[in-house]
Amino acid sequence: MVKLLRVPVSPASEEMRSLRAGDIVSLSGTIVTGRDKVHKYLVEEKPPKEEIPFDLNGAVLYHCGPVMRKTEEGYKAVAAGPTTSMRVEMYEARVIREYGISGIIGKGGMGENTIRAFKETGSVYFHTVGGAAVYLADRIKKTRNVWKLDEFGPTEAMWLFEIENFPAIVTIDSHGNNIHSDIERISMKKFLELTGR
Amino acid sequence: MLKLRDGIAELYKKVATSLPPDVREAMQSGLARETEGSTAFSTLSVQTENMKLARETARPICQDTGVPTFWVKVPTGLSHFEMKNTIIEATRLATEKVPLRPNAVDSITDRNSGDNTGIGFPVIYMEETRESSLTVDLMLKGAGCENAGQIYKLPSEELNAQRDLDGVRKCVLDAVQKAQGRGCPPYILGVGIGATKDQVTKLAKEQLLRRLTDVNKIDELAALEARILNELNELGIGPMGLGGRTTALGVKIGVNHRHPASYFVDVSVSCWATRRGRLIW
Repeated sequence: MVKLLRVPVSPASEEMRSLRAGDIVSLSGTIVTGRDKVHKYLVEEKPPKEEIPFDLNGAVLYHCGPVMRKTEEGYKAVAAGPTTSMRVEMYEARVIREYGISGIIGKGGMGENTIRAFKETGSVYFHTVGGAAVYLADRIKKTRNVWKLDEFGPTEAMWLFEIENFPAIVTIDSHGNNIHSDIERISMKKFLELTGR
Repeated sequence: MLKLRDGIAELYKKVATSLPPDVREAMQSGLARETEGSTAFSTLSVQTENMKLARETARPICQDTGVPTFWVKVPTGLSHFEMKNTIIEATRLATEKVPLRPNAVDSITDRNSGDNTGIGFPVIYMEETRESSLTVDLMLKGAGCENAGQIYKLPSEELNAQRDLDGVRKCVLDAVQKAQGRGCPPYILGVGIGATKDQVTKLAKEQLLRRLTDVNKIDELAALEARILNELNELGIGPMGLGGRTTALGVKIGVNHRHPASYFVDVSVSCWATRRGRLIW
């Protein structure tokens, strides 16, 4: 069964705490994007919240550097799949705690520090399909706003997207369940068997 | 050269927006192997649906067009210098027209050039051919899987890998075990064996140009490719690393002579969206 989730949402809410690894979700509402540069900037420069033109409290942060096209009605996402989340592992826990992020959308899972922040705050990891850039861009209905476009460029800027029925699977929840480490344990056993160690 | 520039820009568009038929077929066979209702099945379904949508609407399959890499066979008499300039012009044109995400970042200032060109960007390998026609191969593979690549120096005590084909097998299994889902499986693996680091890295990537249906001309390598593919799919990593039977779609191995003291193995990992295409001019 697919769980429908309106975002932004408070990470401490009952709805978020009830999410479990393995849950299939469909997100609607607004999300923000952020990858390497945004994370580094948020953590190293600590910009005051007023500098960011939209509220990150309760926001879902999508690890994505989209292909954008400028049209008469504004910017449109042409291709917008997830990027590898582990690259921002050294920043993410601080971003979640300081800005009140309720969830991360990405691919490949995250590390121990981020998982600790998930447990503390109630936020979770939503995994979506890598390379499904067109399929996912079609779930982005509108570009609402953007931050740092001139300075970081369209790939690294923080976009505020309006989304409808954006598909994802909870792969790391706020209770310590982690599908990525489960799979890695299974494959490690087989790997050792196949390499004779 | 203007017509050739437009031809190469068109090649960019074709490669960025549609997967080669052999990769499409391998994805379909993967889907048939997975159980309906499983995460692996739904992941592969979204991936195959995405490749169809991208083709129909001529949009990039993945937002990451990677580092465009060219292998060009230039007929005698045609200037390599002109050829390189034409590719660079075509890259600028395609970035704007397709559109492609600009990926070329100045390593010192961190500025994105905005048009996918820069120092050594795109990557262009050229060689002279006695043929009368020009052949341009283009590959686009994202950085997620490029980052998952590994190079090994055998023997390796850690892997219990000797300087032999069984050692090579262990290297490939290790690279995929380490990558897990981070490079967007199901993967295609290109493997290069030989004497120097730079040589095996290029050789490994070149193997990704081979069709998945292509059988290695060297019997020992053909057998090894088939064995490793089976074993990778036993790891249970599955599409996007969320479990399943389809971890890899193909393994392609190339070999060079080695030095008595060296045995390098490079494993180039490619995501399921291995985008490649050829223009014959």
